[in-house]
Amino acid sequence: MRRIAAMTRSPIIIALVAMLAVAGCANRQTPNTAADLGLGGAGGAGAATPGSTQDFTVNVGDRIFFDTDSSVIRSDAQQTLRRQAQWLNQHRGYSITMEGHADERGTREYNLALGARRAASARDFLIAQGVDGNRIRTISYGKERPVAVCDNISCWSQNRRGVTVLSGAGS
Amino acid sequence: MMTQLRSFVTIALLAAAFALTASLPARAQLQIDVTQGVVEPVPVAITDFLSSDDVGANISQVISDNLRRSGLFAPIDRGAFIERISNPDVAPRFEDWRVINAQAIVTGRVSQEADGRLRAEFRLWDTFAGQQLIGEQFFTNRQNWRRIAHIISDAIYERLTGEQGYFDTRIVFVDESGPKDQRVKRLAIMDQDGANHRFLSDGRSIVLTPRFSPNRQEITYMSYEGGQPQVYLLQIETGQRELVGNFPGMTFAPRFSPDGQRIIMSLLRQDGNSNIYAMDLRSRTTTRLTDSNAIDTSPSYSPDGQRVVFTSDRGGRTQIYVMNGDGSNPQRISFGDGTYSTPVWSPRGDLIAFTKQTGGQFQIGVMRTDGSGERILSTGHLQEGPTWAPNGRVLMFFREPSGAAGPRLHTIDLTGRNEQAITTPNFASDPAWSPLLD
Repeated sequence: MRRIAAMTRSPIIIALVAMLAVAGCANRQTPNTAADLGLGGAGGAGAATPGSTQDFTVNVGDRIFFDTDSSVIRSDAQQTLRRQAQWLNQHRGYSITMEGHADERGTREYNLALGARRAASARDFLIAQGVDGNRIRTISYGKERPVAVCDNISCWSQNRRGVTVLSGAGS
Repeated sequence: MMTQLRSFVTIALLAAAFALTASLPARAQLQIDVTQGVVEPVPVAITDFLSSDDVGANISQVISDNLRRSGLFAPIDRGAFIERISNPDVAPRFEDWRVINAQAIVTGRVSQEADGRLRAEFRLWDTFAGQQLIGEQFFTNRQNWRRIAHIISDAIYERLTGEQGYFDTRIVFVDESGPKDQRVKRLAIMDQDGANHRFLSDGRSIVLTPRFSPNRQEITYMSYEGGQPQVYLLQIETGQRELVGNFPGMTFAPRFSPDGQRIIMSLLRQDGNSNIYAMDLRSRTTTRLTDSNAIDTSPSYSPDGQRVVFTSDRGGRTQIYVMNGDGSNPQRISFGDGTYSTPVWSPRGDLIAFTKQTGGQFQIGVMRTDGSGERILSTGHLQEGPTWAPNGRVLMFFREPSGAAGPRLHTIDLTGRNEQAITTPNFASDPAWSPLLD
């Protein structure tokens, strides 16, 4: 809960948490909260450089959310993905991994499939917006990597997500 | 690739070795009907096996714990015993055991052979009929004393219930540690009672859904160690691993066929849907069994290999379907309120266990293979993934409380009355029960 509250306060913290959460997927030794790193307040990263992954995460938004047991791209998610596509079409050096995630209110194997369907759905939307499909790979984490750990509907909704993770040189 | 590795233990069994002739009045023998849901477990006396060290008492304790957890037996507190068994070769004083209401008595002795092996003898006595029901002895290496206890437990269970036992078995599962949003998941294996726990993977990659091969030597599971999460095969004793198949996308939800020749699993399609494939492990050829614009997953073969039960949302919400082994004639079998997933065919062939979500709860239940006779055995906040004991009488599953804590393993019998927690060092999920060991 504490982390959710922090995320609503500061866009800088959103960016840091998001980036660190992504790093955490690759290496789970990495602490993944701003609090763990002693970050927060003004000391951290400063303004995002245009074209940087931080710029993408802070100013574009790296994640979209889904309704329960659905892979339909909602209207709010469509806005985010359109911004993502515009940005990605300007910065063609990045490769994209589209992560699909599910909340815990499903069984494990079904949720792996559901996460995959969400990732494919978001990928197809980006392609329809002109992003080269060869730049995008998808991966499903099912319910294995929740961002919000608690037990109510608002938390579960944070976990039903598609996250656009950038890699490569940029520019 | 299915060649047998060496046996885990060497146990020479001399069945019914003792002909103990006690001329006692013939009475109806003790027989427990496991199908009726025994409300009152049968009181039994498990005496300490005579032994020069503590291994005799340890064996008795393991037997006692097994029988108690089955829910069918109530081992009597040793403090209530009147007779002290000093010679397990002669009949106990049955009247002393009838007084404390012991329906059966187990006696035994452990000794060391000249070659260093352990010799374990045991007898099962029917107190009220006043006769011996079993007399057997086993020889094994000393470190296998727990297996002796499980084998004896199975013999007692089988003699008194007429059903196959399930104590000499192992569980492969996923050990979970660390915070919920950064869980470290490791393959682990242990005896069915939680003893002899050891890890089979190092925790660097997420691993999910391990399942035993019919010969118990191999595990198929899903791992994130490659670029894509995919299905792997692990030789338990050698630790040798290999990727199953050469597929472009995610493969998941693997299970062996009953003959061990194939692995059935889901393959993610480019469009985001998932279909079911069977891969022959010798020829490496794959056969597509479903081709729907839906999520088809969690396939499980019938024991004769002729049919496959699986989950699909082709009709809207996830439901359970049964099709032929070649993918033909899929029929929906679940029609209750809510969604159904994780179907697993009973080793007896008569039932399908499943997870059902309804009313914000997760339930473990069983139905007949045509979908009739649905019975819910357990309801909780979050629980799933039933796996059958080899005798088809007990299910293990995992249950997770709300909040930041983690899942634990539990068993429940088919009556739904006897639920037991399984102790593991850390949180645990995705259990799979082995067949009986050799």
